Amino acid sequence: MLELIVISTLNGVLYGMLLFLMASGLTVIFSMLGVLNFAHASFYMLGAFFGYQITRWVGFWPALVVAPLLAGAIGMAVERYGLRQVHRHGHVAELLFTFGLAFVIAEIVQIIWGKSPMDFRVPAALDFPAFTIFSTNYPAYKMFMLLISAVIFLALLIVLKRSRVGLIVQAALTHPHMVGHLGHNVGRIFMLVFGVGTALAAVAGVIAGPALVTQSDMAGLLGPILFVVVVVGGLGSLPGAFVASLLIGLVQTFAVSMNGSLASIFGPLGPDHAQSLLTDVWNVTIAQIAPIMPYLLLVLILIFRPMGLLGTRES
Amino acid sequence: MTAAIDIQNVQKKFGNVSIIRDLNLTVAEGERHAIIGPNGAGKSTTFNLISGYIAPSSGNILLKGETISGLPPYQINRRGLSRSFQVTNVFANMSVWENIRCAVLWATGHRYAFWKNIDNLPEVRDRTAQILEDINLTARRDILAGLLTYAEQRALEIGITIAGGAEVILLDEPTAGMSHAETERAVTLIRRLTEGRTLLIVEHDMSVVFGLADRISVLVYGHIIASGTPDQIRSNPKVKEAYLGEEAA
Amino acid sequence: MSNATTTIAPPRSIGADRLRFYGMWAVAALILLLLPRLFSSSGSLTAFSLVGISIIFALSYNILFGQTGLLSFGHAVYYGMGAFLAVHSMNVIAGSKLPIPLPVVPLIGGFAGLMLAIVLGWVSTRRAGTVFAMISLGVGELIASSALILRSFFGGEAGVDANRTKLFKFFDLSFGPQIQIYYLIAAWLFIAAALMYGLTRTPFGRMCNAVRDNPERVQFVGYDPHVIRYLAFCFSGFFAGIAGALAAINFEIANSAYLGAAQSGVVLFATFIGGAGFFIGPILGAIVVTYLQLELSDLTSVWQLYFGLIFIGMVMFAPGGIAGLLMKHRPLLRAGTLGSVIPSYLVALIPTLAMVAGFVLAIEIIVRHTVMANESPIVNLFRVPFDTSKALTWIIAAVLLFGGYLVSRWTWMRMAHAWDRAASIARDKGYMA
Repeated sequence: MLELIVISTLNGVLYGMLLFLMASGLTVIFSMLGVLNFAHASFYMLGAFFGYQITRWVGFWPALVVAPLLAGAIGMAVERYGLRQVHRHGHVAELLFTFGLAFVIAEIVQIIWGKSPMDFRVPAALDFPAFTIFSTNYPAYKMFMLLISAVIFLALLIVLKRSRVGLIVQAALTHPHMVGHLGHNVGRIFMLVFGVGTALAAVAGVIAGPALVTQSDMAGLLGPILFVVVVVGGLGSLPGAFVASLLIGLVQTFAVSMNGSLASIFGPLGPDHAQSLLTDVWNVTIAQIAPIMPYLLLVLILIFRPMGLLGTRES
Repeated sequence: MTAAIDIQNVQKKFGNVSIIRDLNLTVAEGERHAIIGPNGAGKSTTFNLISGYIAPSSGNILLKGETISGLPPYQINRRGLSRSFQVTNVFANMSVWENIRCAVLWATGHRYAFWKNIDNLPEVRDRTAQILEDINLTARRDILAGLLTYAEQRALEIGITIAGGAEVILLDEPTAGMSHAETERAVTLIRRLTEGRTLLIVEHDMSVVFGLADRISVLVYGHIIASGTPDQIRSNPKVKEAYLGEEAA
Repeated sequence: MSNATTTIAPPRSIGADRLRFYGMWAVAALILLLLPRLFSSSGSLTAFSLVGISIIFALSYNILFGQTGLLSFGHAVYYGMGAFLAVHSMNVIAGSKLPIPLPVVPLIGGFAGLMLAIVLGWVSTRRAGTVFAMISLGVGELIASSALILRSFFGGEAGVDANRTKLFKFFDLSFGPQIQIYYLIAAWLFIAAALMYGLTRTPFGRMCNAVRDNPERVQFVGYDPHVIRYLAFCFSGFFAGIAGALAAINFEIANSAYLGAAQSGVVLFATFIGGAGFFIGPILGAIVVTYLQLELSDLTSVWQLYFGLIFIGMVMFAPGGIAGLLMKHRPLLRAGTLGSVIPSYLVALIPTLAMVAGFVLAIEIIVRHTVMANESPIVNLFRVPFDTSKALTWIIAAVLLFGGYLVSRWTWMRMAHAWDRAASIARDKGYMA
């Protein structure tokens, strides 16, 4: 039992960190550019696929660096040649643009790599158990993922708080219009922010690729959860995104490992209850509803705290 | 007689900063009351508090004797208070006619009616036409509001504000950005349209203020430092020091 | 902006307007009646039926999107719920031999959509804009995922089926043949479209537009934007449910795909491409998209990619959709200057088509070398076979693409000039602001 809790906590935190790698980029892009990047999970997917391909050609460690850079470059091009064009048509048009983009990226990935999962392996150097908790081996690769995430966050924090660019980004998070008035090249900053945000998502993809499945439906599966994270955390709030990422990461991970259901607690329904809605609800295990837990959380937040956990700005 | 607007000990804080401190103001029914004061004094915030855009941190606001502080804007509007905006806030993608019509619908009792054809409502049509006549925009009735000239948009802004027939009208710098001639026309329009109603107006243009107002209140740093007739205000030393300035020697 | 227009175009008489209005609806009814006479093949009938369902669905979506400014990524759940309730009620009606004929079943579907919208709507419409979009996505996913858990109602992966011919006979019609289904759909299409159009002419409908344009100001004229959005949401769910029920009747099955994100995406796509700003927009969009889905999937395996690219192209260059583009020309038509721009359009058409052909060829070449590497390298473009494994084809593609682009740019400029000239004349005559 304790073993389950410890392992689930580790896994939950790991999943939460991955979510935050993506949610942070998404939040900063939203706060600065005012557009919710529907295609954000697509860059996560691109990171995974680029990582896979480059690993096959060269190796994992170069892939870890090159894949995010490549994805970030694509992100910058998207902002410069696509989003900027659409900006004058309003936020709805921008959201629709990124929606179409997500769709097209998914199709292109399918064309090039097909629909089956890719054989993206954990690099040999990291393929050993890091430690043994009770009777389970916890893989070193997952510790590596945790480490990379933590390092990136630290780096981001330092850049945000200590550098000049970080200062501008912080200012733009709450007052995007003023930044332009202060004489900064807003276009270049936007491009940079979009590129970095998407690169972050791609990093998550590269490191998650070997651990989770690398497949052309990755973006479609993770995308909605990502948006739930930012809405639950409060659109535009980085600390909110952090809390929501961890919360959802832990909730989903714990749910998956639980086999409880109403039936397991209260006993099965009598045989005269035929297959019906009641029996469905009675017998469903927590593990089965794990995929929809983020959405349940979304609905709860909307009812009780519609601005999100730490919500600040109205969209 | 109950005051039209009664603001009692209202305070408004944003975080730790007090924008409105201990605000007390009474506007009598039928009165034309102007609020003047330096920039940043909190005039727009006061309007936002009265009209329900924001809620006071403490204190009470009463409309015709009933507490309205804390109510949402649409409920305050339904009780007979209507406000205009300093930055023109019209329905830019709808025609002038439709703009006024939207402002008329609730007051004529049609609410959320989804079973009536709007073109078959003579009272809506007549009232809209009347308002358009009053603000001199009948000739422009089919033009999209976003394409009007600035002065026309300001007139439309006022039109939307009075169209619902509210007894208490709040106008937020209605002549901002207007030329001298336009301002004169606007003042005539305002005087005509608010005949018999209570008017609370924020203005920077002193000629408008002294020409239109029955009483004036001076707002400085979120606090009313003086309140009285135009003559009283003109000769008040505190006001001169804070806002109107001394005469050049 | 320029000085106020000194001329105002001569107003059309009210009588003429009324005639045009009722005339259009009469013509539409006539078309619906006569269509099967003109195209009687079973393929056509199926296509018409699908288009009809699609139109109702898209119109319902536009109540939210075009009229009230609410972008939803989860509208299919109301469509799907209508479908499921329709299928279940068909089974119950047939099983218990209730005297309820098939034409009433879409109403049951509408009721299902309405109920779901009533339950979910208040919370969903609390916020607007981007947040609403994300909420609709989340709630949509919630319900679509629940479908696989609640197997008794949703039937799991296989779905639930029904037999539409087993219901109470309505005027001796069994509703087995497709032609009868077509007329059922056509009748409901006419009714639903008329009702939805009527909705736009009500005080509520106008306030929906106001909420779309300036929700803040709406509050200060006495309306609660939340209530308006909620009501719009409910109406939208009702008509989506009708569409879903008709689909269930047509296919005699309802499954979780009806509820899913893909279905939500298609209706968004159709409404947007058609043009959200006009009532006729979703109608056009539904027709275009349904035909694209039917025809394109036969021509190329990557038709979804083309869908996405067309969508992005429209968002970037023509966000008003097809209807928006057409309506832009209306002032020109009234001013009589439309004729002057047509030649430049025709001239621009040729290099633009060449460029598009080159682009399509390039995509197909890439596709043949990746996903379809094991299949025939021959691509048929406009009935001309191209061997994608030959270098010549690549060269042709490049020439068409880049050459076409360069020439197109010049023709587009001419188009823009012609447009400006025609527009100025229209403006002077007072037909354009």
